[in-house]
Amino acid sequence: MSTVLPARDRSEGRHLPLDVEALRRDFPILARKVHGRQLVYLDNAATTQKPESVIEAVADMYRRSYGNIHRGVHQLSVEATDAYEQAREKVRAFVNAASTREIVFVRGTTEGINLVAQTFGRQRVHEGDEVVITALEHHSNIVPWQLLCDEKKANLKILPIDRTGEVRVEELERLLTPRTRLVSVAHVSNALGTLVPVRRIVEIAHARGVPVAIDGAQAVPRIAVDVREIGCDFYTFSSHKMYGPTGVGVLYGREELLDAMPPYQGGGDMISSVTFEKTTWNVLPYKFEAGTPDIAGAIGLGAAVDYLTRIGIENVTAHEEGLLEYATRSLSALPGLTVIGTAREKIGVLSFTLAGIHPHDVGTVLDQEGIAIRTGHHCAQPVMEFFGIPATARASLALYNTREEIDALTEGLRKVQRMFR
Amino acid sequence: MGELRELYQEVILDHSKRPRNFGEPAGANRSAEGYNPLCGDRETVFVRLEDDVLEDVGFRGAGCAISTASASMMTDAVKGRTRAEAEALFERFHRLITGQDGEKERSASELGKLAVFSGVREFPVRIKCATLPWHTLKAALAGVDRTVSTELTEGPKAESGGG
Repeated sequence: MSTVLPARDRSEGRHLPLDVEALRRDFPILARKVHGRQLVYLDNAATTQKPESVIEAVADMYRRSYGNIHRGVHQLSVEATDAYEQAREKVRAFVNAASTREIVFVRGTTEGINLVAQTFGRQRVHEGDEVVITALEHHSNIVPWQLLCDEKKANLKILPIDRTGEVRVEELERLLTPRTRLVSVAHVSNALGTLVPVRRIVEIAHARGVPVAIDGAQAVPRIAVDVREIGCDFYTFSSHKMYGPTGVGVLYGREELLDAMPPYQGGGDMISSVTFEKTTWNVLPYKFEAGTPDIAGAIGLGAAVDYLTRIGIENVTAHEEGLLEYATRSLSALPGLTVIGTAREKIGVLSFTLAGIHPHDVGTVLDQEGIAIRTGHHCAQPVMEFFGIPATARASLALYNTREEIDALTEGLRKVQRMFR
Repeated sequence: MGELRELYQEVILDHSKRPRNFGEPAGANRSAEGYNPLCGDRETVFVRLEDDVLEDVGFRGAGCAISTASASMMTDAVKGRTRAEAEALFERFHRLITGQDGEKERSASELGKLAVFSGVREFPVRIKCATLPWHTLKAALAGVDRTVSTELTEGPKAESGGG
């Protein structure tokens, strides 16, 4: 590994800046050109690029230790099983879950949320009951609950946001009733960057006996997440947004809840015995992992966790905070630019509009400059509707982004403005 | 930068900033709404159809420069034509922007001003923007009473997930 580690100084509570130039060399794709220009990748909320160590971990698995897990007595199966379970332990430690029994590998955040809706949800939500989400959710934390509520004739209630994009947590108390069965919220908004006060939400909900599920897809790559400190009941996130491979993600669930839930899918690996009369479920977490999982993906995720741990997630937080502040300052100086989402606590995401210029045109012009941003509704159409806009342009950050790249974005936006003047 | 200038030609920029035939024409008897989830754009196309002739055409909605200019120039181009002529024009326009037209057609003047959209072919993700008003017009003429989405008419979803 070529990574030059930043010095960590926990005792002082200070974080020395990341050696971003050294870190960038860990990501082979960052060296490429797009339309003849140096790539400036600012679409990290959609997906992050992968360091060499992750790419190698996946390739190495297939080259040297590949076999199916939890099955064979042969050596390759044993090695694959060990590596897969080591990855689970790495993830457990990373989010500080009490046990690996609480770490279920799924396909991604979307599947994690659907799993909770289709097992915990279908078991506990009945006609006239309520599920509470917020107004800033990604479609993946809206639609699974709509499906559940439609099926059960239950009600989906929305905790509102204010004009800055902050969740109006003070309204939660009023929204909760004896019929509320679950609160499900994003930790960080993918469209606005809002850092949602999930600990406070858990406190309020738990005081009323209501469990809380958290969509952590945008949070885990950016801030230290301690599921026990947050106190949540479920927490889901995706490997591909935290420098790991696509196709795998994590559902954390408190053991007693997972234990009481029915399986999500039936198949191999999730049973302890099958007869045509009666099948008994496997122990946690395997009860929820039917079929051959994304073995290499999970191992790659383990490598991504190692990578983030070596750098220190708190150093990533500090880097992204500084960069977001710089980007906000730089872009706000452009005439006609409006930042969408101005919550006091924000991380990683800068959504904006340019007066008189459609975000999609902004995206096309920037792409020709080698600058990758996202334009559109960001799978959060209710958020766009709330702000009365069809779409935004969105720059989203990662540990490898630099101030020079933000300068390139600012210059690119000036070019856009000259073009559409 | 050359390709960008090809895409955003002066005529296109002009029509996107000052769209012609904007609004619902008097006596309109056909309309349809078009939706492009990639842009989040919605456009409504109105037609006053008399004896199979598009006597008047207008549109409303807000979109990106390409879809707004395309709607503006389309309404200019099809006004006064028969339904069959309008549909044939869409066929040729579609071949032009998807790069499926032959050399002969490319030089032909049938498309008139619409030929400025030839730069779209270098930007495949923007084809949907240029065709949105045309699909919507087609739906209006067919009397389709629902929103037409470019996702249903121009291939696989360009934006569905990824946060």
